[in-house]
Amino acid sequence: MPYIPHTEEETRAMLDIVGVRTLDDLFADISPDMRPKSFSLPAGLSEMEVCSRLDSLAAANHTNVVSFLGAGFYDHHIPKAVDALSSRGEFLTAYTPYQPEVSQGTLQAIFEFQTAVCRLLDMDAANASVYDGGSALFEAGMMAFRQTRRRKLVIDECVNPIWRVMLSTYTANQHCEIVIVPHKNGTSDKAALKAAVDRDCAAVMVQNPGFFGSLDDYTELFTHARSQGALGVISVYPVMQSVLKTPGEMGADIAVADGQELGMPLSFGGPYLGLMACRRELVRQMPGRIAGRTHDVDGKTGYVLTLQAREQHIRRSKATSNICSNQALCALRALIHMSLLGPEGLSRTAELGMENLRRALDRLTSIPGVTMLNDAPFGNEAAIVLPMSAYELADRLTRKGYVPGFPVGNYYKNMDNVLLVTCTEKHSREQIGILCEMMASELRGGM
Amino acid sequence: MKTLFEQSCPGRVGVIPRKPGKRASDMLSASLLRRETPRLPELSELDVVRHFTGLSRLNYSVDGNFYPLGSCTMKYNAKFMEYAAGLSGFTALHPLMAQLRGAGHYTQGALQVIWELEQQLCEITGMKAFTLQPMAGANGEFTGVMLIAAYHRDKGNRKTKIIIPDSAHGTNPASATLAGYDVVNIPSRDGIIDPEELEAVLDDEVAALMMTCPNTLGLFENNLPHIVEKLRRVDALLYYDGANMNAIMGKMRVGDVGFDVVHLNLHKTFGTPHGGGGPGSGPVGVSERLIPFLPVSRVEKQQDGSFVLSYDKPKSIGYIAPFYGNFGVFLKAYAYILRLGGEGLRRASEYAVLNANYLRRKLEHTLNIPHERLCMHEFVASAPEGLRALDIAKAMLDRGVHAPTVYFPLIVPECLMFEPTETENKETLDELVSLLEEIIKTGRENPQALLDAPVHTPVRRLDETAAARRMILTEDMAE
Repeated sequence: MPYIPHTEEETRAMLDIVGVRTLDDLFADISPDMRPKSFSLPAGLSEMEVCSRLDSLAAANHTNVVSFLGAGFYDHHIPKAVDALSSRGEFLTAYTPYQPEVSQGTLQAIFEFQTAVCRLLDMDAANASVYDGGSALFEAGMMAFRQTRRRKLVIDECVNPIWRVMLSTYTANQHCEIVIVPHKNGTSDKAALKAAVDRDCAAVMVQNPGFFGSLDDYTELFTHARSQGALGVISVYPVMQSVLKTPGEMGADIAVADGQELGMPLSFGGPYLGLMACRRELVRQMPGRIAGRTHDVDGKTGYVLTLQAREQHIRRSKATSNICSNQALCALRALIHMSLLGPEGLSRTAELGMENLRRALDRLTSIPGVTMLNDAPFGNEAAIVLPMSAYELADRLTRKGYVPGFPVGNYYKNMDNVLLVTCTEKHSREQIGILCEMMASELRGGM
Repeated sequence: MKTLFEQSCPGRVGVIPRKPGKRASDMLSASLLRRETPRLPELSELDVVRHFTGLSRLNYSVDGNFYPLGSCTMKYNAKFMEYAAGLSGFTALHPLMAQLRGAGHYTQGALQVIWELEQQLCEITGMKAFTLQPMAGANGEFTGVMLIAAYHRDKGNRKTKIIIPDSAHGTNPASATLAGYDVVNIPSRDGIIDPEELEAVLDDEVAALMMTCPNTLGLFENNLPHIVEKLRRVDALLYYDGANMNAIMGKMRVGDVGFDVVHLNLHKTFGTPHGGGGPGSGPVGVSERLIPFLPVSRVEKQQDGSFVLSYDKPKSIGYIAPFYGNFGVFLKAYAYILRLGGEGLRRASEYAVLNANYLRRKLEHTLNIPHERLCMHEFVASAPEGLRALDIAKAMLDRGVHAPTVYFPLIVPECLMFEPTETENKETLDELVSLLEEIIKTGRENPQALLDAPVHTPVRRLDETAAARRMILTEDMAE
């Protein structure tokens, strides 16, 4: 049997020592009426057979396309050293570092990850990760509930709708109120957000860049929130964050992000990585694992999981969160990715995407009937309005091997003609040229 | 080791992209930009490779060490699973591709994996349907309890409480609280649920009982049929914490014996690597009556054999994951199940239980083992009189073996919890036995030697109190 090393003789010898006759005798506690009614899985396959089955399943997905899809999840180049290092068995096959003396590799990496996240987001403290950007947003809301003892969240409709749906699922039994402030043509309605933040509000939640790609400065909103005793929570995209005004500079209390674009492949939705960072005063409200620096009995520097009194294995029903396993290996990948790119590499990545998008939009908006959704500043993602259904256009072009962007009508009412276009450093001039030509000819033909 | 940041050298570069034609300041106004670039490390690729190779050598891992960490199922993670998850037909697939044309037309291979893995898990557990969305075990528990709440709400039941035995994992009460319930703890007797204690707290306000079976003491709940019957009387549901599923594959299906909800840990039972604490995957299986409440989207198979995503489930609790769950982890578990087949899975459980019982018998005279009966895939022991579990654990580290889980479950004094898994051979178990005998002997003859352990590890015992007090959580939190 695969991965079972016992020979027949060993099995017999071991059964003798245990004092039973057969392997099934070990399960005497499970009475006959509790035995399986069926267990009809196919016979096992050889390694070669399984691999070839997966080869054909992988080939059944359309990945041989040029794609301008983003919407929070981005296709960046991942340096090959990220795979080589993160797949080392010493990282891959270790568990949560409960025995710090033999887990310094994982623990120091978490400490370095926390440092990198804090420096990127310009915050004081970070945890070892949560599952993804959506669960990070939810945990930020829970932190705000505990900190302020209030039960209302005010959230901008420009926050990624996928994460907003998760937030409402997760808080369904929390006896709280979630106020969604409608977007204004794809930008934050800051006056309305400000008006909604009152003395019952636990936190105001915004996103930069917003879902439609527009950039903003939330400093004033966070100042107002503070004056009302509410927290400011901001969700960001990590690569753009390398050039954009930071959560810290805006005065945010908690910053969250999906770290997918820091070295995680798209992989059909996961595993991704939830980043969470906060001001020092809020550390004890933060969920999840946190590594801290200390020293051993000889005075040598080392790292441990710390502030564990917040966690479920100690506090049980009174813990800050139920999280146990997080996305440790993804956090390691993000750390390696950030180290290989460095500050210059990360900002170049952001800038190449921005440059490519400007190149694309110059041509796309010269197609009759195609306009920008708004005139807000943007980074490497922006929304355009088409003279036809964006879903229909995306469908037609995808058949020809080009995915022109994401039709936002799936998530926003009355926006069926709006297409969210993303560029990264991976797009070539030729690919952008072909996209523009295909769209021009499709739209001309369609009119 | 020096940190990445201490090694940083301004101006040094690793793997950076070509220079852009325009910089951010050419494209955006300064008010939108950060004042200075993030102070990430500036290193060469070799610097980075040396650093992480060096760090990796400071870890114990299943690949390098016997890792009998109870309740974590640290079995061998077959290398070919990494191949499966690394195929570009999967890794390059944008999750939103499924939302273009025909809800899944461009992602048929991926949807087939999800659908088939759900079917496999249904057959393994006897549940009627599975969702793969939960991104770890605790996330699965939360999902399961949210499903229970949705069921009761839909029926108009007024339920406020969830019963949890004192031997349960800490995630159980934390998940139940997060889903809006009050937790009622019940003590166990002889290591298993005491039907009288259960009866005493059971009333119409009880929404469910969360059970780990075999429980965290490694014991099978003999009273299971009675428990099921008692709960039915008050329309309370039965939740199965699948953390210990590695003990019962092919021997019992939780769906057949009356459980309504189960979460599995693909990173335990189905051999996907733990990664130093994730990513995991915590699929949730349900009985017929909970199907309408499962998270969306659902993958459905059509008449023509193609697969489609369905969002039209009005009673659904919503989204637990941004998309379909930790898909990269599914691929590994799916490959593992195909490789082992039904017979291989049953054998895995048989040998997991054989290894645990063998080790238990061999250690009977070395450690105090509280329950005189067959264990399942793991067992608990107490340190012998005068010795501490912690010191034994640290002495094990010195001898190249990862420690068992210590001080859990909380109800066993000086607890050491061993789970050898099926993938370890007899010699490894025998070596552990002699090593523990030697440690206990040393502890009796020279107690200080145990208190001083470990001495051969990269660092020795660390000051956790100082860590919590000083709170240095980043390079920038100066002392």
